[in-house]
Amino acid sequence: MTKTRITAALILVAGILLGLFAYNTEANPDSEYHLQYGLDLSGGAHLVYEADVSDLTESQIDPAMSTLRDNIEQRVNALGVSEPLVQVETTSITGETRYRLIVELPGVQDVDEAKKMIGEAPLLEFKLRTGNGSNPTPADDLFGTSSTSSAATTEADNYESTDPQLTGRFVESAQIQFGGGQGATNQPVVLLNFNDEGAEIFANITTQYTGEVLGVFLDGRLISSPVIQTAITGGTAQISGNFTTDEALELRDRLNLGALPVPIEVVAEQTIGATLGQTVKDKGIQAGIVGLILVSLFLIGWYRLPGVVAVGALVIYILLMLLIFKLIPVTLTAAGIAGFILSIGMAVDANILIFERVKEELGSPNASMQDVIEEGFSRAWPSIRDANISSLITAVILFYIGTTLTQGFAVTFGLGVLVSMISAITISRTFLLAIAGEERTSLKHTLFAPGLRSGKEFNEHTQ
Amino acid sequence: MNVIKYKNIFLSVGGVIIAASIVCIAYFGLSFGIDFTGGSILEVTFNDERPSIEATEDAIAAAGVTDYSVRTTGDNGFIVRSPFLEDQQRSQVMDNFEALTGSDSSEASSTATTSDQVVTDEMATTSTTTAAGVIENRFSSIGPTVGSELTRSAIYGIIAVVLGIILFVTFAFRKVSEIVSSWVYGSVAIVALIHDILVPTAIFAILGVTMGAQIDLLFVMALLAILGFSVNDTIVVFDRIRENLQTVIDKNTDDGFADTVGISLTQTYARSINTSLTTLTVLACLYFIGGQSTELFSLTLLVGVIAGTYSSIFIASPLLVKVHEWQQKGE
Repeated sequence: MTKTRITAALILVAGILLGLFAYNTEANPDSEYHLQYGLDLSGGAHLVYEADVSDLTESQIDPAMSTLRDNIEQRVNALGVSEPLVQVETTSITGETRYRLIVELPGVQDVDEAKKMIGEAPLLEFKLRTGNGSNPTPADDLFGTSSTSSAATTEADNYESTDPQLTGRFVESAQIQFGGGQGATNQPVVLLNFNDEGAEIFANITTQYTGEVLGVFLDGRLISSPVIQTAITGGTAQISGNFTTDEALELRDRLNLGALPVPIEVVAEQTIGATLGQTVKDKGIQAGIVGLILVSLFLIGWYRLPGVVAVGALVIYILLMLLIFKLIPVTLTAAGIAGFILSIGMAVDANILIFERVKEELGSPNASMQDVIEEGFSRAWPSIRDANISSLITAVILFYIGTTLTQGFAVTFGLGVLVSMISAITISRTFLLAIAGEERTSLKHTLFAPGLRSGKEFNEHTQ
Repeated sequence: MNVIKYKNIFLSVGGVIIAASIVCIAYFGLSFGIDFTGGSILEVTFNDERPSIEATEDAIAAAGVTDYSVRTTGDNGFIVRSPFLEDQQRSQVMDNFEALTGSDSSEASSTATTSDQVVTDEMATTSTTTAAGVIENRFSSIGPTVGSELTRSAIYGIIAVVLGIILFVTFAFRKVSEIVSSWVYGSVAIVALIHDILVPTAIFAILGVTMGAQIDLLFVMALLAILGFSVNDTIVVFDRIRENLQTVIDKNTDDGFADTVGISLTQTYARSINTSLTTLTVLACLYFIGGQSTELFSLTLLVGVIAGTYSSIFIASPLLVKVHEWQQKGE
């Protein structure tokens, strides 16, 4: 008895510690154990690209996909979103194997811009100035968000493409150099090395149009407009666009990354506005709290003292789940929160099975309270086990058919079934045994009798 | 209340419910969402009063989108469903919506053209603040191949869950085959499951007509969760039957089996109903408080849990007795 009570006390202490952990890690903004919310709750974009690998041989696909992932990862990093995710996924459910790239961009504001950055090679173009355009002003926010600034568009009207076109496609490599700029000597410039074809075109242009202005456009924006001083036949060009070091580095990287190893296109997309996500999250949490309160009231009202125990076990169950969510970590989506809330309702099932059995065992008058409870538990166990195994089977299958956002339901539901089974047979049992004591009294009968009957009626009923 | 005594009535009610559900599904049909058919859903909110549906439809059509449907959502929003939208089309639609709000952002930028860089930046800031006349809350787009993959995996998932459950129930009751063989338990559980799946699906068919509810992946997951919950309920009753068969009753009398089932049901009512009540309580909270994105999901579960509780008490066990009677007559 004393041992059970000590264990019960230890469980209570552990519960309080779990509560403190959950609270502190959420309250502390720097904690690495914050609950992680999926894109549908935090806002952001979930993009699924399919890679066209039809031109590749079997052995080329895997390296190509990993290069693709690295490329896209670099481009995504340039977007500056926090904790982006880029992963390769293969699926062969329709028979033929498809290669996909999943890109998650939490909190991204401008999805169009992001998709452009991801899916398209940087479009570097060299164009000749035609008429009497205004004095060229190199745009100073090269990587700003307003890429189609109207000023640049107007500038573009004064330029026309060369024939054949000279674009970034012909750039073999790019590097940066300091001190070659027009203004301050320490300004970085980007050096381009054209491939043979590009070198030839560039040589032709510079020979033919010496003295004219050759505009350098990046993604349709004029970044530099040097005058061609002399024919350049060496196959190298220099862009000095009033870059900061970071901008120059970024331009170099993007040019070096060049075209993607395989063409990709968006096959599925989900974009959630930040405000909508926040609302969904808040409402989900609210629903969970109200649900917990109502279930607790019901349990205490119907099952009395064991009900109080069940509520205690339920609270510890929820804290345990939060601990698991934080440690693994589990990314919570709307479906995941729904699964968690559903599991709160179902977590009490094991308790209810046990209490109903304990009530029946109270019918045998000679058993001590300890015996009654132990017997109730051992009789309820096969049902609890079988019922939970069937739920687990469902959860595992749900996990396999789900997509990233819907899998959350399977994860929280499955974890919930498992954890609630364990918490019911350990936590509730220990608490009940600790509280019940040995002797049978009328008061205990009242406290342990479920339903609307009083202890007296119950005693008469069972005897 | 003696369920076994009146088993024919309860089984008939169950039969009627199943038939009515099938009629509902056949009559109203099911409308499948973009998860399975492929396509796009765009949800927008207008800051001020939303334009008329006609104006909105014109704005969408002007972007070259065909086969779309527009529904209102919330106080100032629309949900636009359409075939798979290309990026260009989507931003065109958003631009057209923007134009409907009256804040003409193109005018603002054309002024900027003549100004120098500093002013352009300022204008850009102003135009973003005024440009937010319409907000894109949600955009989901699923290509046709992804759609057919999800369809397949949903079908596989349903088959796997049903098979898994039959196998498990058969396995769990392998030791009680002396009176009724264990596969009968499994099959009866499946009949109950069919009932539990048909009812929410029928409700969804009706909702599809009345409020445009569409069957998506989340609905399929809800159905599978209902399967799990319902079989869970049925198993608890069957477990009690298994236990009682070994202890309580002289199973060799004619009514022995029916009595055992009856007693087992009486012993498990309270648990079935109470567990369902707590589950329904949290689901009701999720439905009423949990917000739009899980509204239909929790409604499906609510209906399914009610159906599941009914079927495990009033269909599964009576049917078990019925099958036993048939087998006796057959002998």
